[in-house]
Amino acid sequence: MMFTKYLFFFLSVLALYGSVMVLLSKKPVHSVLYLTLTFFAIAGHYILLNAQFLAVVHVIVYAGAIMVLFLFTVMLLNLNKNERSPKPVWVKALAILSGFLLGLVLVAVFRGYDIRVAADPMLSQIGLVKNLGRVLYHDYLLPFEISSILFLTAMVGAVLLGKKEQI
Amino acid sequence: MQTVPIHYYLTFCSVLFTIGVIGVLIKRNVLIILMSIELMINSINLLLAAFSAYTNDPAGQIFVFFIMVVAAAEVAIGLAIVVLIYRTTGSIDIQVLNKLKW
Repeated sequence: MMFTKYLFFFLSVLALYGSVMVLLSKKPVHSVLYLTLTFFAIAGHYILLNAQFLAVVHVIVYAGAIMVLFLFTVMLLNLNKNERSPKPVWVKALAILSGFLLGLVLVAVFRGYDIRVAADPMLSQIGLVKNLGRVLYHDYLLPFEISSILFLTAMVGAVLLGKKEQI
Repeated sequence: MQTVPIHYYLTFCSVLFTIGVIGVLIKRNVLIILMSIELMINSINLLLAAFSAYTNDPAGQIFVFFIMVVAAAEVAIGLAIVVLIYRTTGSIDIQVLNKLKW
């Protein structure tokens, strides 16, 4: 069972490394690739929680669709240039300080709680496709159907925004 | 019981969220800012799924599913807007795009 903890730490370090390198990369394409690495690490975390459906959907949607969209945008618009004249150092230092304070508050708030959870996540059965599908189609059918309308709206909006001629 | 305590997931997701916030504050490229927002959304997704697995409540994972739906639609529209902005003004630098009307 110690293997679980080692795996958790390995995936967490991988995800944090990828997310930090997103911010530190000079070229946008490298940032996109590091973010894809982060998403794969998070998919590994989902598998650790036995959330199988979410892991696969996460890989397909995020690494497979959203990151590809970002790569298309960077490549087609030829945006793979270095950042010229970045923000002043004091602005960056202040931003990092405020971000750090936010992180401190978030971690400190949850430290004092005595969260008692009895389940072992690796044995949880609710992440399986069958059980999750049963809950989704039984209790959450209306949001599911409305989300399809949301997709239609997003598609129409994206196509409309991408048209070349005057709208 | 050798499971990973829930506090580990809380700390990890908080740190990931903070890195996303710092990314939004530091970077000038609109694409990197959008990616930092995606990072924040992902940290919350993971935390929701973790709590759902630890308390055996499927509602958390269903909610993650819907958050992914909304995030995918949002990225599509966001990138369409970025393309439109680049086509009209030739720049995706937020220091340049600081006027509501150009």
